[in-house]
Formats: sequence, structure tokens, C-alpha cells
Amino acid sequence: MTFPAEIRESTVIALQALKANKLRSGLTTLGVVVGIVTVTLMATAMNGINSSFRKSISSMGADVLHVGRFPWASFEDPRVYRNRREFSLQDARDLENTMTTASAVAPKADDKGTVTYGLRRATDVWINGNTEQSLVIRGLSLTQGRWFSQTDVSADRRVCVLGAFLADGFFPHESPVGKRVRVNDTTYEVIGVLEKLGSFLGAWDQDNQIAIPISTFKSSQSPTPNYEITIKARDPSELQETIEETRAILRRLRKVPPGTPDDFAINQQDVFVQFFLIFGGTIGAVGLFITGLALVVGGIGIMNIMFVSVAERTKEIGIRKALGAKRRAVLSQFLVEAATITLGAGLLGIGIAWPVTLAIDRYTSFAAQMSWWIVALALFVSVLTGVVAGFIPALRAARMNPVDALRAE
Amino acid sequence: MPLIRIQNLARRYVMGADTVHALRGVSLDIERGEYVAIMGPSGSGKSTLMNLVGCLDSPSDGHYELNGKDVSRMTDNALADIRNIEIGFVFQSFNLLPRSDALHNVELPLVYAGVPRSVRRERARTALANVGLADRMHHRPNELSGGQRQRVAIARALVNTPSIILADEPTGNLDSRTGEDILNLFEILSRKGNTIIVVTHEEEVAQHARRIIRLRDGLVAQDAVNGNPRTVAARTESGPPAEPMHAPSGGVPPVIAT
Repeated sequence: MTFPAEIRESTVIALQALKANKLRSGLTTLGVVVGIVTVTLMATAMNGINSSFRKSISSMGADVLHVGRFPWASFEDPRVYRNRREFSLQDARDLENTMTTASAVAPKADDKGTVTYGLRRATDVWINGNTEQSLVIRGLSLTQGRWFSQTDVSADRRVCVLGAFLADGFFPHESPVGKRVRVNDTTYEVIGVLEKLGSFLGAWDQDNQIAIPISTFKSSQSPTPNYEITIKARDPSELQETIEETRAILRRLRKVPPGTPDDFAINQQDVFVQFFLIFGGTIGAVGLFITGLALVVGGIGIMNIMFVSVAERTKEIGIRKALGAKRRAVLSQFLVEAATITLGAGLLGIGIAWPVTLAIDRYTSFAAQMSWWIVALALFVSVLTGVVAGFIPALRAARMNPVDALRAE
Repeated sequence: MPLIRIQNLARRYVMGADTVHALRGVSLDIERGEYVAIMGPSGSGKSTLMNLVGCLDSPSDGHYELNGKDVSRMTDNALADIRNIEIGFVFQSFNLLPRSDALHNVELPLVYAGVPRSVRRERARTALANVGLADRMHHRPNELSGGQRQRVAIARALVNTPSIILADEPTGNLDSRTGEDILNLFEILSRKGNTIIVVTHEEEVAQHARRIIRLRDGLVAQDAVNGNPRTVAARTESGPPAEPMHAPSGGVPPVIAT
């Protein structure tokens, strides 16, 4: 018998057998239904946790590399780094053109300064130089106006985006967009306002900042800026690859001879990445364990009912064998029967989990979303459970001696 | 070459500490087209012989050649093929699948033979029509009378055009008039050239066959064609020779006491 014919025949038999034992099959599936609901909700939860982590990691900048002359944390004498070559805007452009594992590359430079608008004055403002890509890399968003365009940067325009603290302080009753502020004696036109960021780990107020194009930073603020290059990884979970690529390109650009140490440092917010990996891994492991447990319990129920089904139909097995059914045909008959039960349970489980997911998404702060791959996974797992749980009973049926089987009542 | 050649066939069953010798060395040939009855009291080994002839079981000793193939040492799966191709079973309790209709029951051997759906539908219809059940194709076994059920079983046995029709007490569960119908059907099938082996303990059933093989204690006690004994001892190469029994000249074979 060909394989499709075998499956078709087995399915017909399975549906007949299930129809004859509706209640029993229904009760048996409960365990698997619970298992599949667990699988689905777990996968949905993992999905949600993953994406919300991704979001917060982005806003914290944990997937961003900061390339500079100095490492952020070092126990070495600072003089070791003093003779290292400065980074240039060209270095940033070269990186941007060659990297494949980066989603954005931008040079940055910063300084402290005083910003004034009329009689209002803010001191110790964090002045930073940006490109059009910095918005994404820094994970910022705007409440008003726009971010810098490529032209703003290339044309060295005197435009700026205000932090929320400056915007509120200088323009309590009007929109700052279109107004002119002075930064260290240079006048800038306000084109946008950043959303409120709060203080970073209580250390400094990120809302007391003003962003300007990097080209303008060089021409108007500091003729020899100490550039760093920021690189946003394409995939936060493959940050290491981005680091490796950055290193390789920079060593080539800076002509570091093989065997000598790097003359630059790639800094990152490791702490958050570590946290993400450990937390995500733990949740995954716990989820896997609970899911596995539920499925094992469900699978045992299926195995049990399949043993009963095989015992009840010993005579049928004998008849089929007498008429020429080979072991494989009998085996596949019972495997398909088990898989049909669990597939039904899987569909039921998805049917239950779906509204639950919607409710969680709607009534809690947790972002839960069931995607097609979760449905596919749940169906695959349910069929797999049936095949695994049904295997031993099916094998028993397949190995029956036809004489003994025919004698059964 | 005979269709069936059995030499010194023996079958032992181990039951705990005991060994039961169900068949102690049976030798016989059956030619194509013969209508044979295998008789004997219970415990004579006739069911064991039927299981072996039907390739449902394998012998402990001896050889069995069916249609030129040595089937006595075949694997399970190879035997399944032999049963599918060479043998059509008719059982005492019909052994139809209760949840399938008559047509699907008759189709079943063709399913396992891998015959495409449309072809096997047609052949199953023809087989059912041939046993007079053209109007009962979609009835389930519990919607059919005993005689009709046995005819479905016979249609199922014939649908693969097997070498042998092997019937085990085919009238055992039928009233005598219906039983007679079934035996008449066998008569017709035999006249068409089918090889039929009927296992029975009923003398009236056996009388329809042209050759009667009587078993006793796991050995052939008598082998008679139209009442005339064939020499059995000559073909027994080992084991105790069986005593040939002589039928009275009236042509009626003696009834063996049970």
C-alpha cells in the first residue's frame, strides 16, 4: 500500500473508531487539551516577554555599541590610551557602508554648555551631536516637530531638538518649534522636542539636553570633538556577531597589525544584555518544564486509551491481518487514530487559548499576541504527542499473532 | 505440481510446562480445483491445520509449499502478502468489520493489496453482485441476516481471486436452510474451478466435498475421494503411519466417533 493511501485508509478507520467512542475520546483528550493550552499560552508569553524586552533593551541602548578610544571601565593608566588615533566622521561612514550586522551607525560627540532663550537660561546642559540615524540608535521619540534630516547634517544647519526639561522650562505656554535658542553664543532654530526621559539610574537628567547635528557640533561648538561611533545591532540576541564584525572592520581601517591589541574600545551596556539572557532563559526553562509536564500527563492518558482501544479491537486486528494487513498497516492505523485524537485536542486547545490571549492582551499590561507560528507549533506538538503516546499500543497491535487475535471476542 | 504440498507438518504449543502436540506430522497434496473437506473431532488438529494452510500460523516442523512457494519459514509480513494474494477466508462467525458497510468489507483485501480506489470499488461491487447482494452494498453487518453476512464474507474471500477459498465451519452459525444455500454457492464456485477447503465437524457439510480428509489426534486418519480411500501411509515419511480406514462399498464414509 502506498503511503498516502495508507494514511487515508487509517484516517477513515480512526474517524469511525472515534465516532463510535465519542465520550471516551472526548474525556481522554482533556489532558492533551490542557497541555496544548499550556503550550500555546507559554509560547505566547515568551513571545510577549521577548518583544517587550527587545523594546526596553532598545530604549536602554543595550543593543548599541559605543566605539571610542577609551574603554568605559578600565584599571589601566589613562596614558596608555592617550596616543591612540582619534575617530573621524569618515570612520563612521566607512563602518556604515561595510557593516552587515548593524541596523544603524552614527558618530556622536558631546559637551556641556549653557542654553538661553530670551531671559531664560539653562546651565550644564548636555549638548550632543547627532545624525539622522541617531534617533533610532538612541531609542528616542519626539513629542513635537521632527528629527534631523540627512540634509540638516550634511548642510551643517543650525537646528536643534530640545529635551523635555528645556522645552517645558523655556516654552511653558507655546510650542517651541520654530523658535530660536542660543547655545554657547550660537543661535539655533528649534525643529523638535524629545519625549520625557527621566533620569538615568538617578545619575543625570536626560531631559536637560539639546541635540544638534554632528556637523554643526564640530563647526559651532568644538573644532576637535572627541568622536565616538554608535552602532545599533540588527539583532540584539546576536550582539556578539556585531561586536566581532565591528572589531574586524576597525582593525582594518586603523591598520592594526595582526597580533597586537586593539587600539580602540567597543563599549556596551552588558549588564542589561546579561539580565535579558538570564531572565529570558529562566522563563523559557520554566515554561518548557510546565508544558512538558502537562503534555506527559496528557500523553499518558492517550496511551492508556489506545491500549484499551487495541484490546477492544483485537478481533478487528485479527480480521485485518487475515485479509493481508502487514504490521506497518496496523501500526499506522493506530498511530493515525492517536494522532487524530490529539490533533482534535490541539485544535480545541488553540480554541481555548486564543480568547484567553486576547483577554490578557486587553485587560493586563502584558502584551500577548498569538502568531501563526504558535498555532503551527501547537498543532505540531499535539500530533507529535499522539504519535509518541500511541506508539507502544500501536506496536502491540501490529505484533499480534493473527490466530490469537481472531480467536478474541 | 500440486497447489498445496504438505510434508510432515507438525505444530506444537508450549503451555507452561506442557507441550501440546496439535499436529504430529501431516502430509498431503491438494490439486488445483479440488473441493476438500477437513473433518475431525475437536482436538483432532483440524483448526491447527487450517491455520497453517491459511498461513495464519507457522509450523514447528515440516514443509508447506503453496503454489510453488515454500511458506513454512516466511516472516510475518511475507505471510501477510501470501494471505492477501493466495487465500480467501470464510469464517464461522463471518468476521466482518461491524462499523463498515458490505462494500467496504469486501474492498478490504484490495485495500491491503494496494489496488487504486476506483478499481477496487468496481471489483467489490461485482463480487457482491455475484453472491446476490447487489442491493445490500451499503448495509452494515448488523443490518444483514446471517446468510447475507456469510455471503458478504464469501464475496470478500473471492474479490482478490485467490488460489484457495478456506472456509472454517462456514455454516456453523446458520440455520440449516441458509447453510444449504451457502453450500450450494460453494458448489457453484467449485464448478467454476475454484479450489475450496472446508473445515467442519458436520458430516452433511463434508458430504458436499468430493474429497474428505479425516484427522485424529494430530494425524491424517483417512483421506477419501468420493468415498474411496487414498493411501495415506505411503506418503508419510516419518512418524507413525496412519491406519487407512476402509469405507463400506455403499460409498458412505464411516462417521468417526467424537
